[in-house]
Amino acid sequence: MEDKNQLDLNTELMVLNMGPSHPATHGTVRFFLKLDGEKIVHMETEIGYLHRGFEKHCENGTWTQAFPYTDRLNYCSAPQNNVAYALAVEKLLGVTDKIPARAVYIRTIMCELARMADHYTNLAAGTLELGALTAFIYFVEARELTWDIIESVCGARLTSNYIRVGGLASDLPEGFAGHVKSVFAKNRVFWSEFDKLLTHNRIFLDRMRDTGAISREDAISFAFTGPCLRAAGVEYDVRKASPYLAYREVDFDIPVGTTGDNFDRYLVRMEEINQSMRIVEQCLSLLPSGPININDASVRNPSKEDGHTYMESMIFHFKNTIEGIQVPKGESYVPTEGTNGELGFYLVSQGGGKPWKCRVRPPCFALTQAMGHMCTGSYLADIIPTFDMINLIGGECDR
Amino acid sequence: MGRLIDLCKQKLGGAVISAHEQHGDETVVIHKDAMLTALRWLRDDEATKFDFMMDLTAVDYFGTRPREERFEVVYHLFSLSHNHRLRVKMPVAESDPAVESAVTVWRAADWFEREVWDMYGIVFKGHPNMKRILLYEEFEGHPLRKDYNIRKRQPLIGPEN
Amino acid sequence: MGVTVEEKNLEAALGDSVILTQVDKVIGWGRKYSFFLYPFITACCGMEFMSAAASRYDLDRFGAALPRFSPRQADLLFVVGTISHKQAPILNKVYNQMAEPKWVFAFGACVCSGGMYNNYATVQGIDTILPVDVYVPGCPPRPEIVIDGLVKLQELVANERSSKWPRGKAQYEPRVKR
Repeated sequence: MEDKNQLDLNTELMVLNMGPSHPATHGTVRFFLKLDGEKIVHMETEIGYLHRGFEKHCENGTWTQAFPYTDRLNYCSAPQNNVAYALAVEKLLGVTDKIPARAVYIRTIMCELARMADHYTNLAAGTLELGALTAFIYFVEARELTWDIIESVCGARLTSNYIRVGGLASDLPEGFAGHVKSVFAKNRVFWSEFDKLLTHNRIFLDRMRDTGAISREDAISFAFTGPCLRAAGVEYDVRKASPYLAYREVDFDIPVGTTGDNFDRYLVRMEEINQSMRIVEQCLSLLPSGPININDASVRNPSKEDGHTYMESMIFHFKNTIEGIQVPKGESYVPTEGTNGELGFYLVSQGGGKPWKCRVRPPCFALTQAMGHMCTGSYLADIIPTFDMINLIGGECDR
Repeated sequence: MGRLIDLCKQKLGGAVISAHEQHGDETVVIHKDAMLTALRWLRDDEATKFDFMMDLTAVDYFGTRPREERFEVVYHLFSLSHNHRLRVKMPVAESDPAVESAVTVWRAADWFEREVWDMYGIVFKGHPNMKRILLYEEFEGHPLRKDYNIRKRQPLIGPEN
Repeated sequence: MGVTVEEKNLEAALGDSVILTQVDKVIGWGRKYSFFLYPFITACCGMEFMSAAASRYDLDRFGAALPRFSPRQADLLFVVGTISHKQAPILNKVYNQMAEPKWVFAFGACVCSGGMYNNYATVQGIDTILPVDVYVPGCPPRPEIVIDGLVKLQELVANERSSKWPRGKAQYEPRVKR
């Protein structure tokens, strides 16, 4: 507009509707745009196309029945949701310290594997939407390898439903450490290939650098968390700020960006993949042997064997299944570091076998909210990388 | 009692209805008329410095509490510099489901408040754009209220099933 | 291409210089290996769709690799992921924009029947909105079963009569018009 030559041009604003079924937006979201040429003057975001009543379902089932629904929140990293929910229920039960060490370590391993898979998915979809089909295929193959590990543990690729209140559904399979080692060796090769394909790629840099930037202060006031907050230069990670699971015992670094733009978010995510691999390797070397479930039949069902042999165990099986585990009256909030940011569960119990309220704090809800703020004033094409790096996951954002 | 609770009681005085600490989570229940000043103080004061509004939701205590305090609006606050957390709650009556909007305090509150309106029908006064966010405009009622049956269908814009 | 015994004998009698068949069969044979799919991705199943489309499972082997992101250029609608009531009018519009002949692939339990979500917000199976050709269950379905579903669809398409088309608009009457 400052350019004198442009003053005479007819600059009528154009209203454009982008989405909800748009090829370059993974997940369904709708943007209402007011454009001046290619510049965005005003932008409104509409979500909710995947609202499927998560909270209502949790309130209508037992505490254990909520696990499959938590899987489908952030479906790219299902074990993290399982863990966050289990931790919140355990906090209400007051059994947080009684979870066996082996279960804690396995949970940490699953969380980090899920983080890797989630970052691969995000970067795959993101690069695809920027036109980089080759990178997409590389990332998806790396994700397949990571999913192979998750599948060997719990039988499912995506929706794991693996964590239970008071323990785990099953122990690690035989030869797990060897499997992880061989996969990580391949993933490290892949990582350097992604790096070569993208990090110095001129087209990629032009699309990513200086687009979708947000300042430190704005990021905080929009309640940004996770890679997007760290890209803006804030060193906040729940795993370090209030360590849960085994994160106190392992050594890892938190990558922090400087500019808060899309390229920094990409770099943060790439480095987090490496750090996750480090954490998994340390956990495997520290992995203690022993039970994987809490020794308290009113929280976690006794083993099937006991259920078939002992009367009392069978009664607990029956009661835990029909009535649900009995959680005392109270409320708890547990923050965990999801892949997208702080994933918190706020549970309210009025006593009994069902949650009274099961609220999840969705990290990408807060991130998507700032889309308008980040994109106003930039070009139409900048929406795509910004939206990619926000990593909206419909299941989590709309619940 | 926790340090933050003492601080709140000192500073906010009569506005604090009750407070408790459970499983290490500090909680203050505040009168809804004093909410906005209380939240602004919590954000700005050096000793509290809650720069993050992590979560905002509501709970429906239908049938378990008197109707004057049927709903509860719940804030989860976090301070980056002090690395501490606080839960702030305020009871809301069924007959007057309205509270002040906190959009001027934290920008993050915008969508979270719209979601609470969508799900529970609690109005946030002063909110710039108080409309449904997850459901569609034509939807009748607020699904997370306990008196809304999960199976109750509203085939308004979707198919009948 | 599915030739009967008599046709085969006749072809042999003519010195194998003529191919005898039916127009429907030629068209069906051509169509079954050249799907242009429109991925209507909404939810978790999309992650498995990514896997199915990428190198390891490779839908390309079955002639269904190229996603067309405009419904007007596509003839196979992949409905991938939960359809909510808010989404239903959009899905309907996308279906009606596609040129005939067109097929619908219901990918995942939610699309087939509503799956785990039997509540106020979710459509209980997209066949309440539009006609479905192949149902693939699973939450989410593994890529193998997706490929199986695609092969089943190919069989269906190969044996189709041209009199089936056009199928017309989706039978869907929302109570509130938008």
